[in-house]
Amino acid sequence: MSGWHAELPVAARVRELEERLIAAGLVTDAELDDILTSVYASASPANGARMVARAWTDPAYRERLLADGNAAAAELGFTGLHYLLKAVENTAGVHNVIVCTLCSCYPTSLLGPSPSWYKSFAYRARVVREPRAVLAEFGLRLPEQTEIRVWDANSQTRYVVLPVAPEQRAGLDEDALAAMVSRNGLIGTALR
Amino acid sequence: MARFAPGDRVRTRAADPDGHTRLPRYARGHVGEVLELRATWALPDETVRGNHRPEPVYAVRFGAGELWGTGTHAVILDLWESYLEDE
Repeated sequence: MSGWHAELPVAARVRELEERLIAAGLVTDAELDDILTSVYASASPANGARMVARAWTDPAYRERLLADGNAAAAELGFTGLHYLLKAVENTAGVHNVIVCTLCSCYPTSLLGPSPSWYKSFAYRARVVREPRAVLAEFGLRLPEQTEIRVWDANSQTRYVVLPVAPEQRAGLDEDALAAMVSRNGLIGTALR
Repeated sequence: MARFAPGDRVRTRAADPDGHTRLPRYARGHVGEVLELRATWALPDETVRGNHRPEPVYAVRFGAGELWGTGTHAVILDLWESYLEDE
């Protein structure tokens, strides 16, 4: 997780909001706990990595993933996505990167809780304006001729990046390939 | 019936709306290209007013030069039909 922040003013506001919602009968403590437990137990970038590894090893799955992200996720057991999932593919000439400029929408169940930087004003304002510079700050320097596509997500449409497969993958099974895929690779701030 | 099709050039509304909107400031008053129809969803500007108004939502692509005057990248975002005009 990104650090201990229970004492920040925003944490107090969140608790106040929770208490108001519970008092209004809109949700219960137990329901909130169940949601959090489920998210922490199952939400992980390992899920997105599995989808990528499957796409790298099975061309038909790759086609299905690009055509219908929700169905492709469900094939691997990741069901119940309450948004449209779009997979965007990196190639030799194209690099994709994801942001939510208006808030911080993110495919949590497939990538785990979002990193603090993804939620920051700086990332959300700058990556649509100067993605090449922002990616360089993450250590990713792309050739000038690489086309960069910045996808601005929202609550209804969320994205996962399909990184370029490694050249040498003979003898690597799906688990080994999935281990090569990082959370930042799925967001687009790393090559893989 | 969706008004726009993939490949259509569209211009986003420029005005600063009175109330909630999901047309970000950076994308207002600019020309882009429709990539695809996403789905039909309720227009948020009206939802917050208590009106349920479903309409087509499009993935629209804008060039960096158009948005920022510089750059070679593209930005793609979802835009409700009400945010768009023919170009």
